[in-house]
Amino acid sequence: HLATSLPLPSERHHLRPRINLIVFMIDIKSKYSLKNVEASLAHVDASFFLGKVCFLVTGVGRVNACSIETNAVCKLGEAYCSPVLFCELELEGIRVATAQRLVRMLQICTGHIPGVSALSFVSLMRNSDDD
Amino acid sequence: MDETVAEYIRRTVLKIPRDEIKTMLQKWSFLSEAQLQTLNFHQIKENISQQVVQLCEENSADIKQAAVLDIIYNHTYQNKRMWSVYQMKKSGEELEYFDITDFKKKFKGRLRSALKNVTITFKEYEDNAIWIRVAWGTPHKKPNQYKPSYVVYHSQTPYVFISASVLKSNLPLLCQALIVACNYHDIREMELRSHSLNSLKDIVFKRYSQNFQTYYSKPLQERNVEPESGDIRIVQENRSEKERIHRLNWEVFGCGPQPKLEFAQYKLETMFKSDPKMGVLDKKEPFRCLVKFSSPHLLESLKSLTPAGMADAPLSPLLTCIPHKARNYFKIREKKGLVPESFVSP
Repeated sequence: HLATSLPLPSERHHLRPRINLIVFMIDIKSKYSLKNVEASLAHVDASFFLGKVCFLVTGVGRVNACSIETNAVCKLGEAYCSPVLFCELELEGIRVATAQRLVRMLQICTGHIPGVSALSFVSLMRNSDDD
Repeated sequence: MDETVAEYIRRTVLKIPRDEIKTMLQKWSFLSEAQLQTLNFHQIKENISQQVVQLCEENSADIKQAAVLDIIYNHTYQNKRMWSVYQMKKSGEELEYFDITDFKKKFKGRLRSALKNVTITFKEYEDNAIWIRVAWGTPHKKPNQYKPSYVVYHSQTPYVFISASVLKSNLPLLCQALIVACNYHDIREMELRSHSLNSLKDIVFKRYSQNFQTYYSKPLQERNVEPESGDIRIVQENRSEKERIHRLNWEVFGCGPQPKLEFAQYKLETMFKSDPKMGVLDKKEPFRCLVKFSSPHLLESLKSLTPAGMADAPLSPLLTCIPHKARNYFKIREKKGLVPESFVSP
C-alpha cells in the first residue's frame, strides 16, 4: 500500500489487510519529505517499532542535491530503533537490490522465515560500542 | 564603406551560428541572391564574415543597413536578451488611427532633438510588432553600435517591451520619445521581466490558458491521476487526496503551457517575528530580506510542485498570482490581514 502521509484515510479501513512492515521513504533532496515523515511517525502505534518500521532514504546518488543531512536521518533511526537504508532509485541495480532487501525484511516481519523474527532487527541495531 | 561599419557587420555575422548565416542574410536582403551564391558557407566563420564584408563593400553598405541586420539577429535570438515591460497611459478615450510613418517621424524627431548622435532603425513584423533599435552617442561621440537598446511595440496595445542597453541614463529619453510617438501621456515600468519575449507578450496580452473558476464535478475524466495499468497489487491509499491536488492545480494553472519566466523576486520589508525572549533584534525595524526563485521555467516548476509532493496544496497566492497580476517582482510590506493583501505595488 502506498500512502503520501499518515494517518491513512479512514474510508478504506475495512479494505485494508494487516500491516506487517512500514517503510518510510525520505527523499534526501527534500526537507519537506523529512518533515512529512516526522509528522507521520506520530500516528504509528508503538508496537510497530519492534522491528516493523524501516526508513528508506532515496536519491543519495545525487550528492550535490542533498537537502537533508544523513546525520539527521540516522538520529531519527536511532530514536525509533529502526534501521535506515540508503538507496538511489535511478540506478536499476541498486533499485533491485534494495527491493530484494525490503522483501527479505518483509518475509521476516510476516513470520515466513523460521527462527528469525522482527525483533531480531532491534537487537542488530544495537551499536557494538554499547556493549 | 566606413571601416567601423565593416567591422560592425563582420562582428554581427560572427555572432550568427554558421548554419543560420545564409537564412539571415536572405532575410536581410541587402545582398542579392547572386552575391549570396558566391559565398562558401562551408568554410570557417572568420572567412565567411570576411567575404560578407567584401560583398557589402561592393554594395556600399552604411550603418543603416548594418543596423537592420542587427535587428534581424536580435529578433531571431530575442531570448538571449532580458526584456522589461512598460505600460503607457492615455489621457483621453480617443481611438486614434495608428499611422506608422507618423509614428516613426515623431519618435525620431523627439530623440534627435534631445540627442544629435543616435542611430535609429525600424523594422516591422507580421504580428503587428514594430522593432526599434537605438544606438546611443553623446553630444561629442558617435553612437556606440555595440550597446543598442531594443524596443518592441504592438501598435494596438499600450505595452512596450524594452531591452535596454547598459546605459540606464538613456531610458527616460527613450520613454519620452515613445509617449510622444504613440500619443500617450504617461509610461511606467511594470514589475515584469524575463528573457522570453513571447511569454511576456502572452502574459500582458492574456494569451496564455487562464483558468476561470468554474466548478467541474468530475475534473477532466480523461486525465487519469494514476495510470490504472499499474500492478493491481499496489494500492494507492491517498487517491482522493491526489485528485484534490490535481483539481486545485488545474484550477490555478489551467491546462495549457505556462508563460516562460526565469525569476520571481520578493523583497520583504516585514518585521522579524521571533520568540520575544530570544531578543534577536532589539530595534523594531523591518527585517530586510530578498527571496528569489529562479528556474529555467518558473511557472511550470511551480505547477509541478504539488503533484510531485514537494509542497502542500494549495500553493501560496504570492506564487500563483504571477501571470494574472503580470508581475514577477514584488515588495511585501507589513500589513495586518490576509497575506495576499500585503504586497503593495511600488
